[in-house]
Amino acid sequence: MAKPVIKVENLSKQYRLGGYGSGTLTDDLKRWWANARGKEDPFIIIGESNDRSVASESQYVWSLRDINFEVQQGEVVGLIGKNGAGKSTLLKVLSKVTGPTLGKAYLKGRVGSMLEVGTGFHPELTGRENIFLNGTILGMRKKEVAKKLDDIVEFAGVARYLETPVKRYSSGMTVRLAFAVAAHLEPEILLVDEVLAVGDAEFQKKCLGKMGEVSKEGRTILFVSHNLGSMRRLCNRGVLLQNGEMAYVGNIDTALEKYLNSGGTDDDGDASNSVSFDLNDSMVQLTEIAVENSQGEGKSTYYYGEKIYVNIKYVARQDTRNIGIRIAVSRNGETLFLSQDTDIEEELLGKKAAGEYAVRVAMPGFLKSGLYTISVYLMEVGVPKEEKIDILKFVLDDSNTDTTNKSFASDKPGILRPHLTWEYVEFPVPV
Amino acid sequence: MAAILSFYQSLIHSLNKVKDQYWDTILSPTRPFFQLKLGEVWNSRDLLWLFTKRDIAQLYKQTILGPLWFFLQPLLTTIVFTVVFGGIAAMSTDGIPPMLFYLAGQVFWVHFAEVLNKTSTTFRDNQSIFGKVYFARLIAPLSVVLNSLIKFGIQLTLFVIIYLYFILFEGTPIQLHWQAALLPVLIILTGLMGLGMGLIITSLTTKYRDLTFLVTFGVQLLMFITPSVIYPLSEVSPEYRFLAGLNPLTAVIETFKYGFLGEGTFSWLYFGSSVVTTLVLFLAGVLIFNKTEKNFMDVI
Repeated sequence: MAKPVIKVENLSKQYRLGGYGSGTLTDDLKRWWANARGKEDPFIIIGESNDRSVASESQYVWSLRDINFEVQQGEVVGLIGKNGAGKSTLLKVLSKVTGPTLGKAYLKGRVGSMLEVGTGFHPELTGRENIFLNGTILGMRKKEVAKKLDDIVEFAGVARYLETPVKRYSSGMTVRLAFAVAAHLEPEILLVDEVLAVGDAEFQKKCLGKMGEVSKEGRTILFVSHNLGSMRRLCNRGVLLQNGEMAYVGNIDTALEKYLNSGGTDDDGDASNSVSFDLNDSMVQLTEIAVENSQGEGKSTYYYGEKIYVNIKYVARQDTRNIGIRIAVSRNGETLFLSQDTDIEEELLGKKAAGEYAVRVAMPGFLKSGLYTISVYLMEVGVPKEEKIDILKFVLDDSNTDTTNKSFASDKPGILRPHLTWEYVEFPVPV
Repeated sequence: MAAILSFYQSLIHSLNKVKDQYWDTILSPTRPFFQLKLGEVWNSRDLLWLFTKRDIAQLYKQTILGPLWFFLQPLLTTIVFTVVFGGIAAMSTDGIPPMLFYLAGQVFWVHFAEVLNKTSTTFRDNQSIFGKVYFARLIAPLSVVLNSLIKFGIQLTLFVIIYLYFILFEGTPIQLHWQAALLPVLIILTGLMGLGMGLIITSLTTKYRDLTFLVTFGVQLLMFITPSVIYPLSEVSPEYRFLAGLNPLTAVIETFKYGFLGEGTFSWLYFGSSVVTTLVLFLAGVLIFNKTEKNFMDVI
């Protein structure tokens, strides 16, 4: 049944740092000389892995190194990694925009790519003309575009402006039109780079819905997004890239967990279960943030059923008022809820004497297994005065409970594990 | 001929080989050297048409005179040439009315020069779109050729109008030769010549940009060493005439003049060598272009 449609074998891509061209003339000559003697390109050997924080010793870096994976028909695969991990390069190689340095990739069926929204849009042409132009650039025949014209116009919601040059469109309208064209491509394999970052929330939702539909039709999608929530919803498998190398391939949840564990989000923040801060001369300041269970143990993994507390300490150097502490709890990169100490007890906003304060908040019992990150904010009159984004991190593991065939198993949809009471209010009368 | 035949056989063979296999596309660092990818171009013919339409629309929109500009440019050049070369310098025009002589040369020269100039920057002009999506890359330069061909058609109409004027009102005796029937071939040759050279230049300039400087003034210089644009081939001194006749564009324009105006030089040697040179330029251009296309994004 499983039918591979993409196979990537030892795929590697090397770039030269700085300057222009693939190297200097002397490097070109050395390369040519090695080639003429039937030897390997001498610069293939010396490349470094692409860790952008470390200054390089060699002029050549590997943007991709030895990437291997296979994708079956109908799968939606998410490419995960920090900026510069090689996600876009991989999509570029697979869409034939640039060639690999080493290795091979095999593709079955028509490939459509959306590396950018509105590639080839021309401002002087009307909406209708641009739909045809853009559609054919993306690989459709004119006839196919004509057949889908009505759908595209409806999806983009630009019927009124169809005969107006695109230069008169608002930027949002241009984006909607461009995405509408791309979304109606019908390739067997669709490569999508971070394109959903544009457009308003409603339109993003519409796009995600459209992409979900596409995958149900048996098409294969390779997808890059920094929106981990949409990634989790759409994808069934993940490929995790780190500095151009493949760190993991497999189940999307595991891939996202590994990604977040590896330092996760792009700010490279060092999340852990306890952090304290050096004192500065602010009037009010967060001093210590920690997560622990009811025994006071700070761990990286908690089991389902354990009581989990977030402890926050802050210091006020003089009497203050209007101060609140807020937390944001995220599961696998998606924000679940916010909570603030003054939500219920509003009088906490009142005057506070100078001194050190310690607050504790218990996590609710309905958390589902996953990787949790907690952001802490020191609020002053409703505005964050200090923010510690994703400062705490822990894994909630439910392997201590039996989740077989249970509706709250981690691979089932849904983000909460509420304990709900079911009552049968009527039973059939025995016959 | 045999070489072309065997080349096509190997092409068909390699196509069949891919079909037998499970995968439709195989991406690898190396590609076979001989790869024209003309099938891919044929499959994207819709795009070729849309690109051409886009560029025409771009030219006309928000101009008053629109396509009239295409008349003015060769007309003004012809008038200047007629005054300067025909009048002041009193250069020979093979007995053809100078107006017709210069206009015929201009119409072909402008087509060739425009194709060459514009295709020689294909990669630079299209880098933003080439960097984001793959389609048959040859479509971009081919749409330049089509566009220039449309202008050529308009300018040829201008030539025909003036040509008829001379016959009907000036009573200029003009003898048609059968070579006039070669006109479609001449038009194709001119386009392919410019395209072939343009493709080679744009491929070389992705890495080393120096050539672009050469192209801008080189094309102008080329006009002076192409007999038949400003002066007829028959005026070239006999020791250089053979060499000058091998210039593929000279053979084209001389054949045109011989066919339509009854004067000029037509020889199978010159014409045949022009056809061969053009085909070689075109094939070499496409091969180098296809080879460059694969990785040009990394170097431009």
